[in-house]
Amino acid sequence: MQTNESIAISPAKQFRLFVEEHSGQQILSCYQCGKCTAGCPLAYAMDIGPRQVMRAIQLGLRDELLHCNTIWLCVFCQTCSARCPRQIDIAKVMESIRLLAIKEKVRPADKDIAIFHRIFFSLIPRLGRVHEIALGGAYNLISRHPLTNTKLLPEMIIKGKLLSLPTPSKGTSEVKSMFTKAKKATREREDDVTI
Amino acid sequence: MARVGVFICHCGTNIAGSVNIDEMVDAANKMPSVVYASDNKYTCSEPGQASIRQAIIDNRLNRVVIASCSPRMHENTFRRTVTSAGLNSYLLEMANIREQCSWVHSNNKEAATAKAIDLVRMAVAKATKDEPLFPKEVGLTKRALVIGGGIAGIQAALDIANAGHDVVLVEREPSIGGHMAQLDKTFPTLDCSACILTPKMVDIAQHPKITLRTYAEIDNVQGYIGNFHVQIRQKARKVDHSKCTGCGTCWQKCPEKISSEFDVGVGKRSAIYIPFAQAVPTKPVIDTEHCRYIKYLQFVDEGEEGKKPAECRICEKLCPVSAIDWEQQDQILTEDFGAIVVTTGFKPFDPQVYQEYGVGRIPDVITGIQLERLMNASGPTEGEVIRPSDGTHPKSVVFISCVGSRDDEKGRGYCSKICCMYTAKHTIMLKEHDPEVQSYVFYIDIRAVGKDYEEFIRRAQEEAGTIYLRGRVSKIHRKGAKLIVQGEDSLIGRPVEIEADLVVLATGMEPSEGVIELAQGLNLSHDSYNFLMEAHPKLRPVETHIDGVFLAGSCIGPRDIPECVAHGSAAAAKVAGLFSQEKLVIEPLTALVDPLKCVGCLACVQVCPFNAPEEQKARDGRTIAYINDALCKGCGLCVVACRPGAINLRGFANDQLLAEVVSLW
Amino acid sequence: MSQSRFAYYPGCTLHGTAREYDVSARLVCKSSGIELEELEDWTCCGASSAHATDHLMAISLPARELQAAEEKDLPLVTACAMCFNRLKLSAHELSQDNTREMVSKVMNKEIIKVPTVVHLLQVVDEKIASFSFKKQLEGLKVACYYGCLLVRPNDITEFDDDENPQIMDRTIATMGAQAIDWDFKTACCGASLPFTHPEAVIKLSHAILSQAKELGADCVSVACPMCHANLDMNQKEIRSRYNDEINIPIFYFTQLMGLSLGFSPKDMLVDKHFTSPLPLLKEKGLV
Repeated sequence: MQTNESIAISPAKQFRLFVEEHSGQQILSCYQCGKCTAGCPLAYAMDIGPRQVMRAIQLGLRDELLHCNTIWLCVFCQTCSARCPRQIDIAKVMESIRLLAIKEKVRPADKDIAIFHRIFFSLIPRLGRVHEIALGGAYNLISRHPLTNTKLLPEMIIKGKLLSLPTPSKGTSEVKSMFTKAKKATREREDDVTI
Repeated sequence: MARVGVFICHCGTNIAGSVNIDEMVDAANKMPSVVYASDNKYTCSEPGQASIRQAIIDNRLNRVVIASCSPRMHENTFRRTVTSAGLNSYLLEMANIREQCSWVHSNNKEAATAKAIDLVRMAVAKATKDEPLFPKEVGLTKRALVIGGGIAGIQAALDIANAGHDVVLVEREPSIGGHMAQLDKTFPTLDCSACILTPKMVDIAQHPKITLRTYAEIDNVQGYIGNFHVQIRQKARKVDHSKCTGCGTCWQKCPEKISSEFDVGVGKRSAIYIPFAQAVPTKPVIDTEHCRYIKYLQFVDEGEEGKKPAECRICEKLCPVSAIDWEQQDQILTEDFGAIVVTTGFKPFDPQVYQEYGVGRIPDVITGIQLERLMNASGPTEGEVIRPSDGTHPKSVVFISCVGSRDDEKGRGYCSKICCMYTAKHTIMLKEHDPEVQSYVFYIDIRAVGKDYEEFIRRAQEEAGTIYLRGRVSKIHRKGAKLIVQGEDSLIGRPVEIEADLVVLATGMEPSEGVIELAQGLNLSHDSYNFLMEAHPKLRPVETHIDGVFLAGSCIGPRDIPECVAHGSAAAAKVAGLFSQEKLVIEPLTALVDPLKCVGCLACVQVCPFNAPEEQKARDGRTIAYINDALCKGCGLCVVACRPGAINLRGFANDQLLAEVVSLW
Repeated sequence: MSQSRFAYYPGCTLHGTAREYDVSARLVCKSSGIELEELEDWTCCGASSAHATDHLMAISLPARELQAAEEKDLPLVTACAMCFNRLKLSAHELSQDNTREMVSKVMNKEIIKVPTVVHLLQVVDEKIASFSFKKQLEGLKVACYYGCLLVRPNDITEFDDDENPQIMDRTIATMGAQAIDWDFKTACCGASLPFTHPEAVIKLSHAILSQAKELGADCVSVACPMCHANLDMNQKEIRSRYNDEINIPIFYFTQLMGLSLGFSPKDMLVDKHFTSPLPLLKEKGLV
């Protein structure tokens, strides 16, 4: 929300109702006290803080929300939800918007985090038990940040941490089929943002 | 033979706008037992009432039905009207065709009219079975009991006493004064709190019509309006106040020092003590939990093992008038009162649940009331505002509003009303104490609705230079000798961090400890936060649903001092009004037990919320129930609970209600 | 919890870079008769990435492990805080009929009931009396760091208090060490950000370690492999970036327990840590 252009306010509440239904939270209950932003460990790096996200939903600013980096930087530490005086699960609200952005294939404002999660998620049916080398390696390649955390590599090798790999699991094939079934179920359902 | 007259009111267009009055009059004329029906634009007006009176006389009516507004509005008025025409006032029935008809069915005139006619039909059927009823008279004791010696109770007691009636003021602490005595200055005038309070406290002590009982509690209340029987427990002070002169030697020399409740933990008192210098009475009590000699006596009595406590008794040895009385026991005094005023006040919210603020772990996080004690020149630090951790003067002070208020997460969703104001006051006073102090206030909204309150906030912002930041604080953590306060300024839209020397939490108000037990003893209602409930939030702010019991002050909800004083006076006016009567009239719409049908199961005793039914012995020795008219509210629960159908409700008898139902077919 | 037998879900990192947590946990449990039966074909719980990508899989992946434990008729224990959080959340959502139905379809197995899910800290706390601590860790000042996932959301994790938990502090105190009072017990360490935003992790870890050091802690005790990695592996970077001489060993609470039970530092695999605890252990006579 860097621009200072006037926002046209209308009674349109579809977006708010959508978020309310999928997150199960009372968006209008938020009285904008800011305790969430004040306690958020990643607020310093966000385009807009959690409080502003709540305000944006109240005002129906759908596009701004889908394009902000807030929904990607949120690590779901739940500090906001735990302390909110109106008992709103703000992390859950973030989740609803993030999943909507994924569904609508909006270009993520933080592409690195989006890539990381996609890689991790795709490694689960392949490896069954995910190990950091595969994860880190794949991430570094695909995100085109080949030097990320490489400073730590030598010491990891010396300490024998790199060679520690989980034993393969016989459950991997089960997991693979779960992924297939889930994808199908998701496609079949009308709205697939939450269960 | 019933001769019913039906009077239908237009109420301007309130009723006539949605109901066809002419049709109603026609229908009424055709109803059984109706010998007269008419309509009027404003029945409650002088001419309206006159026409009813005339109609009763001219048509020899012996039952009256008025179809108009809710009985809550004008039933009393119309009862007087029929009485003035020579009829018993309980031969009147009202059909509510306004609140229960025209006002809610304004979009369907046909249906509204049909319903209004039905309502009149029912009222007519009931009226034909009305019996004359006669109110009872009871005597009343013109003595008032005020429970709680804070500013509201003090005001109430003084006003009732000045109106010429005896008052007993009961206070469970050793002194009256309440929380106002703890304050340094009051907003918005910055009057010294003790200076305006202590004259009233002294008036209480010296007033010939006021009996002050401090260090006393209410054990039990029985009875009803005009006739309450109360057991007051005078707790054992272990000091004979009739001998004590208040010289102060004992509490100055007592070696046992304990954290003072009055100083909210920032100061100490002795085991024999007065809570503060201007205490009324200025005579001490002994805190038996901490007194060394009492502990010694317990040790010896119970044959305990380990180190024997000292046999102290220094107070006894030094007392020039031998006022110490170790044998003194709690005393139960039974007294009669005609009215009770409950002024139990509030207690400050305990912020222990705010662990994100490090309450109880970080010593420099204190509450507003603790700051008051520090700022007070007669307080534990003689007015020096110092950090609890190292005794230095803070230069950067952060105030956090809404601690324990507007916070559903911590179980307190309401606004405590006074915190915005007292926080502004604190920042102004801090600036007076030390011009180099910078205060910051984290707020969500500023509530400054009283007279001169808005100007007071501006004074804090403009004159005292207090920086107001809109946002709640999420976390406080220590860094070296400082506290880092993490909040947000939602107006500029950025998280903010402040390095503070001292953090003051603006804690809210909650009901006093033990108020629920008292409420249950008096049958008073309370809300989910345990605040006592008034009879009507708008129109009856100092009465309760229990006749003769009044409320005043912050026991009802958060309020400031002027409101508490006004409340106290209002409650006193109610009491004086009550006491201006020689006899009390009890409405006869009460339940009556037919002893011939009663089997003595006492189900009525169990269901009645007002303790009206009592167990009695009939002449033949059987157990039966008897209903005390003065306590009965006519709610009808006992009528329903009564298995043999022995109870009937006067004015709403079983055959009357059946007649109403039958009339609709 | 009168149970001493548990189905055990280690989680991916405990078989990977956090092996010392797994090894120390097993040795510690064995010594007091707590039986940990590792689920044979366990797979990844989904961690934060499943949750950030696909809600249905985020519930289903942990559900698979819950079902496996239920089939053994055992309560499920895990040592990893992230896995604990996901398992608890999944168990909670499965209490809804339509969720259970949907997940059953995905798993091709009918889920009827879910087992009790606990974290190893809770088991240890309950059974603390069954441990024979041979060596008291006297003179050791420990900052107990719980992180986010054990305590939030508190109504689902049902774990201690979410602002000032005491469960680990109690365990530490039982071993004769001193658990310090500090303000960062449940502050976030940066979670899964080290891959994508290492500078955020460094900032958050610095804040945590800085107060631990300031308040005199000799070491930090953790119950989560991510917290361990974030706090342990970045201290060199923290020192250079913030010009702050921070060198605080990070222990898994099970390693401290192991040392107190008489195991050697080598048994506890402390040599795998980036910030070596050996100088501290030598100083306190625990080697």
